[in-house]
Amino acid sequence: MTELAWGAEAWSEVRASLDRCIKCTVCETACPVAAVTELFPGPKTVGPQAERFRTGGHSPDLSVDYCSGCGICSRVCPQGVRIAELNSRARSELKRERGVPLRDQLVARPGLLGRFGRPVAPLFNRAMANSLVRWAGERTIGIHRRAPVPRSTTRTFSHWVGHHAGTKSARRVVYFHGCSTQWYEPHVGQKVTAILEHNGYQVIIPKQDCCGLPLQSNGLFPAARKAVTRLARQLVPDATGDLPVISSSTSCGLMLKREAREILGADSPELRSVSARTYDIFEFLRELHQRGELRTDFKPVPLTVAYHAPCQQQNQLIGKPALEILRLIPGLRLVELDRSCCGIAGTYGVKREKYEIAMRVGKPLFTDIQAEGPDLVACDSETCRWQISAATGATSVHPLEILHRAYGGS
Amino acid sequence: MNTLDTDVLVIGGGSTGAGVAWDSALRGLHVTLVDRQDFATGTSGRFHGLLHSGGRYAVKDPGSARECAAENRILRQVAADCIEDTGGLFVSTPEDDLEYADRFLAAARAAGMEVEEVPVGTALRDEPRLNPKIRRAFRVQDGSIDSWKMVSALLRGAEAHAATVLPYHKVVEVLRHGDRVEGAVMEDQRTGQEVRVHAGCVVNAAGAWSGQVARLAGCEVGVRPGKGVMVAINHRLARAVLNRCHLPSDGDIIVPVRTVSVIGTTDHPVADPDDTECSPEEVHQMIEAGELLVPGFREARALRVWAGSRPLLPKTGGSAGAGDREVSRSHTVLDHGARDGLEGLVTIAGGKFTTLRLMAEDTVDVVVRKLGRGSECRTRTEVLPGSESRHFYWIGNRQQEAETDPPDDPLICECELVSQHDLDTVVARRPTWRLDDIRRALRVGMGPCQGGFCAFRVAGMLHQEGRYGRAEANSALREFVQERWKGVKVISWGAQARQTRLDRWIFEGLYDLEHLPE
Ligand SMILES: Cc1cc2nc3c(=O)[nH]c(=O)nc-3n(C[C@H](O)[C@H](O)[C@H](O)COP(=O)(O)OP(=O)(O)OC[C@H]3O[C@@H](n4cnc5c(N)ncnc54)[C@H](O)[C@@H]3O)c2cc1C
Ligand code: SF4
Ligand code: SF4
Repeated sequence: MTELAWGAEAWSEVRASLDRCIKCTVCETACPVAAVTELFPGPKTVGPQAERFRTGGHSPDLSVDYCSGCGICSRVCPQGVRIAELNSRARSELKRERGVPLRDQLVARPGLLGRFGRPVAPLFNRAMANSLVRWAGERTIGIHRRAPVPRSTTRTFSHWVGHHAGTKSARRVVYFHGCSTQWYEPHVGQKVTAILEHNGYQVIIPKQDCCGLPLQSNGLFPAARKAVTRLARQLVPDATGDLPVISSSTSCGLMLKREAREILGADSPELRSVSARTYDIFEFLRELHQRGELRTDFKPVPLTVAYHAPCQQQNQLIGKPALEILRLIPGLRLVELDRSCCGIAGTYGVKREKYEIAMRVGKPLFTDIQAEGPDLVACDSETCRWQISAATGATSVHPLEILHRAYGGS
Repeated sequence: MNTLDTDVLVIGGGSTGAGVAWDSALRGLHVTLVDRQDFATGTSGRFHGLLHSGGRYAVKDPGSARECAAENRILRQVAADCIEDTGGLFVSTPEDDLEYADRFLAAARAAGMEVEEVPVGTALRDEPRLNPKIRRAFRVQDGSIDSWKMVSALLRGAEAHAATVLPYHKVVEVLRHGDRVEGAVMEDQRTGQEVRVHAGCVVNAAGAWSGQVARLAGCEVGVRPGKGVMVAINHRLARAVLNRCHLPSDGDIIVPVRTVSVIGTTDHPVADPDDTECSPEEVHQMIEAGELLVPGFREARALRVWAGSRPLLPKTGGSAGAGDREVSRSHTVLDHGARDGLEGLVTIAGGKFTTLRLMAEDTVDVVVRKLGRGSECRTRTEVLPGSESRHFYWIGNRQQEAETDPPDDPLICECELVSQHDLDTVVARRPTWRLDDIRRALRVGMGPCQGGFCAFRVAGMLHQEGRYGRAEANSALREFVQERWKGVKVISWGAQARQTRLDRWIFEGLYDLEHLPE
């Protein structure tokens, strides 16, 4: 019997949602992957249609592996079919049955890569920039030689936290920073902390591990379930029972908000609790602003910034709060990039067999960016930033870095 | 008028008639099999799809249970391609008597069934949608059996042994010479032409219609048609067949058949076996019954409703006033020579899909005796065409094949994954008259959209290939859509109602189906 194919109640609901498909085909017209490759038959086909032929145990279809998991289909379906979630499950069944390539095991554990890279960061970074090393990587473990990889850092975020004095306040939030902040972009975490403190919050930063999202998107469900349940425990120590949990990584935030329960079928009191009070950082700031509590002592930022809303942020169904907040900054010329997906979809685009597809998916976005020639590209998701920079040469930042600058930061 | 000579004329191309044809052909007899419609359009195409383990009859009708258990084992050997090995569970729901469960277990063992009690927790882990309040569970060898595949394999097998098969040939007259039946006259329903068949022996395998056929020969067969209603749900709610462990009643089995789950059934005596109307009350009754086995059943998408007629033959002097379930499910071979003094006619009545092989064997034994010709029965071991590999059919087969279909072989029916190549193959293999014939052969139009996205494709392709003239294509399409509508009109709620509206937009808004030229 398979542990995965049939599981928690939430999964039963996801599976039952296939009944709502009326074949309107809207999802097919929106899927960025189906638009660029014949290898992927499209969301209607691999989602509600194929699910009727799956009973667990043995997977009949391989093509579902080409779904990037961007979630656009689920968002556009007028009938509420949970297409991306169905695909995600099917993919994990496939991996469970046929085994997971070493490559997927590796990219699914950013902590592992980061931890391995950190003590020798300059060396690691130089190696990753070396085309010979990358070529070998492609041949041996299947990570495309031109795929974007993050730069490792010598000082982790938690190292900084250990030396950060912080402020005391009655208004407190928990900060869930995620792996990329920890291992690759500690400056993002530092700025989040600064912004929240500037607005009068005490920021609690518990020790935390990976949310399991990369494990999930690589089909390693049991490990992912374990990871997210552990994270939920780490994030809600007793004293902070009902504090907002702020996330600056869109995909990891979505994991806590929904995917852990709906895709992984994970469940625990802590997870439910965390799930209900997780906010995207800009979602949180927008609420502050709506209550008239956001400080708007902005300095002008005389830059042209092109903003791309990443899929996983859009899948939180919260609109584009970053745009709303950045619009308050004087002097800033903000260009909204109205394209769906950059192609990377977490770790999808770094895989040898998917790199070209991902680049084709992102093409319209890259073309727009190059045509616009902005000073900076802003995007809430780290992997999307890496992809955009690698593909266009543009400098990309988290939108809160712009906000930080408007507050007078450097 | 065409005239044919044959050893055995079999009237009725359901599972029974097809089984008789296969059995006779293997014994070296020349068979002619006729049906008033396409094959497997009678009860055999309208049944529940269960390859009985015997569990249903274990307590009430041990003879039937034993037959089912034995035949189940044989069919798995010779007809694997038509069977899906889903397994089955008998579960005691909160409404079922626990004491019955003990009787069930003992009776099932006595009937020679493979049965084991499984912990409730195990049953629930295997079947997460099963009612968590069940109190006992037994695993049995139920399976699901595809009627079209089975009947078609039997026909192909018989044809390979020189049988003649004539669909759309309705028997309108039985030829008698004194006290002897010598054959029958058929009317081709497509052309109106008559065909006369002279036969050494005539087998009446017309199921619920066998009373009508016997009457043409001037004798009576007391078959009592018993109508049963079923509802198909859009996807599989369980992997195994789910049975309530209690005395058989209405709506107590859910069978995973191909891509759907089918709940059934009821049993109401009807005067006319062609009466297959389903009332909203009957549908409601099924849906509510499903809720007991699978909580949330009500919210699942009902795809289609249909009914079939049981060919029940009361045992001589069958207990008056008793409900039809009192009647044994076992079959009876009526030798009209011995019974009515009318030689050359044998009626096979009663029975089940699961026991078709045994029914055929018993029937042809009598035929062989009468003809004084024909060898021993071989159907116990002879493997049917398509089942040579002895691999069971598996639900994922089509999905797996669709993955490797060449890109220039487009899907015609997306719900049931039928490609243009599949369609061409079937159309080349057998003459097609109605679109419904293709539906049965390939499941075109049987998925969630109920033909909305595929019916016009099929009609158009057949027209393009010159098999249909313009008017024929149009009327075939219209007829098909109306037939589909019959099955969904009583369940038009929720997602299926939306689907129906979208389909109507396509058919009426896009194709103006009502006004296509005749
Ligand atoms: C609701 C229901 C559910 C059932 N579920 C199951 C199940 O799950 N498992 C199981 O094993 N059994 C099941 N059965 C029983 C089983 O389906 C039937 O016993 C079996 O299919 C009968 O087959 P048949 O060939 O005898 O009859 P049919 O399939 O009805 O064949 C008789 C044929 O005779 C033809 N005919 C009639 N008149 C003429 C004429 N004048 N000229 C030429 N042809 C004529 C008809 O067109 C028809 O095709 C079920 C029955 C019903 C009613
Ligand atoms: S958008 Fe939704 S309803 Fe439409 S085809 Fe896709 S899954 Fe089905
Ligand atoms: S998740 Fe994205 S890639 Fe996958 S089917 Fe949906 S839209 Fe296409």
